Amino acid sequence: MDQQLLTINGVSKAFPGVRALHEVNFDLTSGEVHALVGENGAGKSTLMKVLAGIHRPDAGTIRVDGRTVEIDGPQAAQDLGISIIHQELSLMPDLTIAENIYIGRERRRGLGFFVDEKDLNRRAGELFERLGIVLDPRSRVGDLLVAQQQVVEIAKALSFDARILIMDEPTAALTESETETLFRLIRDLKQHGTGIIYISHRLEELKAVADRITVMRDGTYIDTLPAAETDLRHVISLMVGRQIRDETRPRPKTSATETVLQVRGLSTKRLLRDVGFDLRKGEILGFAGLMGAGRTEVARAVCGADKADAGEIILHGKPVAINSPAEAAQLGIGYLSEDRKRFGLMLDQDVHFNILISSVQQYANATGLVRDEQARLESQRYVDTLKIKTPSIRQRTKNLSGGNQQKVVIAKWLLRDCEILIFDEPTRGIDVGAKEEIYDLLNSLAEQGKSIIMISSELPEVLRLAHRIVVMCEGRVTGILDNADADQEVLMDYATRSGVHGGIAT
Amino acid sequence: MKPVDTAERASGGDASGGTPGAPAEAGTRSPLGLLRRQLQQILAFASLIVLAGFFSIASSNFLTWSNISGILLSTAVIGILALGTTFVIITGGIELSLGTGMTLAAVMTGVFLVNLGWPLAVGVAGGVLVGALIGFINGVNIAFLKIPPFIATLAMMLIAEGLALVISDAAPIYFTDVPGFNDISRGNLVPGLDLPNAVLILFALTVVGAVILNKSILGRYTFAIGSNEEAAGISGISIRKWKIIVYTLSGAFMGIAGVVLAARLNSAQPSLGVGYELQAIAAVVIGGTSLQGGKGSIVGTLIGALIVGTVTNGLRIMSVPQEWQTVIIGLVILVAVYTDILRRGKGG
Repeated sequence: MDQQLLTINGVSKAFPGVRALHEVNFDLTSGEVHALVGENGAGKSTLMKVLAGIHRPDAGTIRVDGRTVEIDGPQAAQDLGISIIHQELSLMPDLTIAENIYIGRERRRGLGFFVDEKDLNRRAGELFERLGIVLDPRSRVGDLLVAQQQVVEIAKALSFDARILIMDEPTAALTESETETLFRLIRDLKQHGTGIIYISHRLEELKAVADRITVMRDGTYIDTLPAAETDLRHVISLMVGRQIRDETRPRPKTSATETVLQVRGLSTKRLLRDVGFDLRKGEILGFAGLMGAGRTEVARAVCGADKADAGEIILHGKPVAINSPAEAAQLGIGYLSEDRKRFGLMLDQDVHFNILISSVQQYANATGLVRDEQARLESQRYVDTLKIKTPSIRQRTKNLSGGNQQKVVIAKWLLRDCEILIFDEPTRGIDVGAKEEIYDLLNSLAEQGKSIIMISSELPEVLRLAHRIVVMCEGRVTGILDNADADQEVLMDYATRSGVHGGIAT
Repeated sequence: MKPVDTAERASGGDASGGTPGAPAEAGTRSPLGLLRRQLQQILAFASLIVLAGFFSIASSNFLTWSNISGILLSTAVIGILALGTTFVIITGGIELSLGTGMTLAAVMTGVFLVNLGWPLAVGVAGGVLVGALIGFINGVNIAFLKIPPFIATLAMMLIAEGLALVISDAAPIYFTDVPGFNDISRGNLVPGLDLPNAVLILFALTVVGAVILNKSILGRYTFAIGSNEEAAGISGISIRKWKIIVYTLSGAFMGIAGVVLAARLNSAQPSLGVGYELQAIAAVVIGGTSLQGGKGSIVGTLIGALIVGTVTNGLRIMSVPQEWQTVIIGLVILVAVYTDILRRGKGG
């Protein structure tokens, strides 16, 4: 079983002005899951693109099955049995599973004018049987859950007889139970001798799935460690190149502090049932729960992005009606979505445009013209205080890293002078070093008297930041705890307090 | 007025290289960066010069003041339509009722001035308001009823065309008895400068449009909606309200175009107008505004309109048949959009 599938030795790659890879080593044996971790820009993607034949290395050797190979294009990679499953799914939603898997490779009939659907479905069925996948090849891909689509992607990769499978952030879009399904499939693949290179920002899951972990930083190889025996804190310190300081736990704000926001009996037809909580001034209120527990729905209902069917929102003791995010912003409530690119930023516009967009009206004169010079000074001030790394405020936000993009969104709401900020997964897709900065920022905002609702799927994050924690399960609040009373087990216990959970239908 | 702003933001380069991990491009304020960001406008302007050069060699009649002034006059209507619809297109929308809406506005101006005998200023204002109203209805249909802009304005295109014929009884309305009306387009406001007023109106509206797009709240929100409508909504912008304002603005420009056209012809022609919308959209696109939204400029649109006007005029002077003129305009659009794609491909 343990034969060497892939050996990368001293591979270097430079782009104009950047040394993307510097003498990187990496190896993979059959039946192994080898995780590759590093901050954004560490060179993981470049290395994988070398393997996929998209980039040609400047120096170094790549051996597959002990034979030195030149991977000079995607086709060559495929012929060597290397397959990549990208972060973004690339399936066609209106075609069936079988059509997607064998697209471009269909067997024809009727003078080559027609696709032999029966043959397609039969072949897909056989493939699924071999992999132990329970899906109907004739289902439309658009009707599948994200996790099931991921499974189809994997099946597609394996239909090329891939022996080296590269997974780039495969769980980014999956719920916990879906992740479990994926891990089960990965374990099956290992049994069959497939080697898997696994890239993920979620370090916790590496413990569950990986055999070895290789750390990269700034384009160089740092170390390879056995997953089971390694402390994740050690991995993180290798990734960021410094020791992460000890975690401190915040104390709850005394109930004597003013209550800013009260939510009572919030319900929606689809999910939420009688959700209620208080938010105090200067407090970080964490929202914990499994995917689909309704945390984001609460946030969207409070900020007017979705309509609530029942319930009351009381701001400073006065009931308010919030019908749109515009009205929420008027009342000083800002929402920072988990999907920054979709709901947070105008990527094609520059940093200044994005910071100013919620506050333009404050910077306009009576005729509706914007006093941009003054506004620019403000943008620059926020870029400086939040330490947003950008060459200038005229840089397009598209070119910023995830952490800096998040800071731009934060700057937008600070400029608007919101007193309540709702953060939905504030550190998703942000690398470890930048996470620390976001944490510091949240803490200092709370100290300045802002009230913060923070939704996070990472329990350590919630425990580290939140003064109090609201736990939800299936649309209900199952517990509101002071930080001192909470730990991961307790939170998980509340988060699963409905009897039924987990298990995706396949 | 500093149209430079838009240019930078709008056609702004996907300047940083596509290499992963490459540091974001520095020095966006450098002259070179500025040049690159304005490339589409510079290219458009250069092609305008080249075209003019070509036609002046091909025909000795081209580079005469009376011909240039004629080109500007014939560009005025399409230019004004294009200016207004630039806003719509930057929001990611489209406006197909421009041509027939303009006709309806012209016909209504005729009704106000000729049939009802309103004073000149009031009748003209009424005509512009009819245009604004058409835009407003488009905006409501799109923002509130969520009808896709293509469909909503296609329907309005037919409605306006029909209404113009019904109201006018399919006969032209002549303004011969309305003193001063013809001067709106044909007169010379600036003594000594041999430029018809229609051209001055076009230039004035270009300035107004550029100020609105680059300097006003409306301009910001126009870009914001086109860049990312969902994010704009979450940022606290009332999408419905501003979309309606944008379509109403475009409608007002359409109304002005209707008045200018009617004044030029000294009559409201109820069957004229179909096809203007496509020429106007072509001018916008040639000027570097993206049909995907989020990017565009007013100055670019003016240049685009001048290119359309120059090509049409030059081909006519060279006695190229009308049918072939249309074919060539089509090719110009393809070339313009393709250079834009090339430029962006190189940057990203």
